[in-house]
Amino acid sequence: MSFPDRIARTMELAHPPGKVWAALTTAEGLGTWFGNEATIDLRPGGPARVRWTDGPTADLRVERVEEPTVFAFTWHIYGLPEEDPRRTYVEFTLEPAGAGTRLTVVESGFAQLPDDVHGKAYDGNARGWASELGELADYLDAA
Amino acid sequence: MPPDIEAVAEQVFAALADPSRRAILAALAATGPATATDLAARLPITRQAVAKHLALLAEAGLVTAEPGERRRVRYRLRSAPMRVAQQFLAALARDWDRPLGALKDHLDQGARAPVTTS
Repeated sequence: MSFPDRIARTMELAHPPGKVWAALTTAEGLGTWFGNEATIDLRPGGPARVRWTDGPTADLRVERVEEPTVFAFTWHIYGLPEEDPRRTYVEFTLEPAGAGTRLTVVESGFAQLPDDVHGKAYDGNARGWASELGELADYLDAA
Repeated sequence: MPPDIEAVAEQVFAALADPSRRAILAALAATGPATATDLAARLPITRQAVAKHLALLAEAGLVTAEPGERRRVRYRLRSAPMRVAQQFLAALARDWDRPLGALKDHLDQGARAPVTTS
């Protein structure tokens, strides 16, 4: 399957997990490396907001806070209409690696099933019906 | 994940690869449901070609046919397959390399800061 449901990246950082944790989970950190300005209520279910001066604002919902190993949030799927309720899940995992940290980020949920893909039978019928009527319309138009 | 998700995205991309079909979709998006004849009158495309393109668009699920006035079929834009394709594009466009590079720089700068200020 080549449809990407998840994006994963791993990076080695020459800094201890505590320091990486602070960069990921504080307003100061998120507002520096991620966006230009950020707020965060660091608890599961807590809201966070990241602003970019030249662009959008992202509203995050904090999902997992397990200091200093797992931090996760969900956010709106880039490219979908603002009112679309579907969200992707972003999870950062921090593992000690020597004096530094191995940081893994996984964002998943890009291939969420739209409800109406289930409606294939209905659509099939609608199309059959459409082509029947289309032939009639063509006939009438040509007359 | 059902395999037909990818098939849906593939059909959308194939449908959008043609400029006439993009023009038809844009016309339906701009002014709502229209018959093949309406579309042919508004676009530099023959009615025969419009009908052919509409059949392909219906196959991809991007338009649905509905009864219009005087038993003419009107075509209506259907956005669901677009949203599937958008999710495919979103996964490609979500750029983690750049922010992670910035995180690394941020941490490295922080590590150097005490040295430079002392």
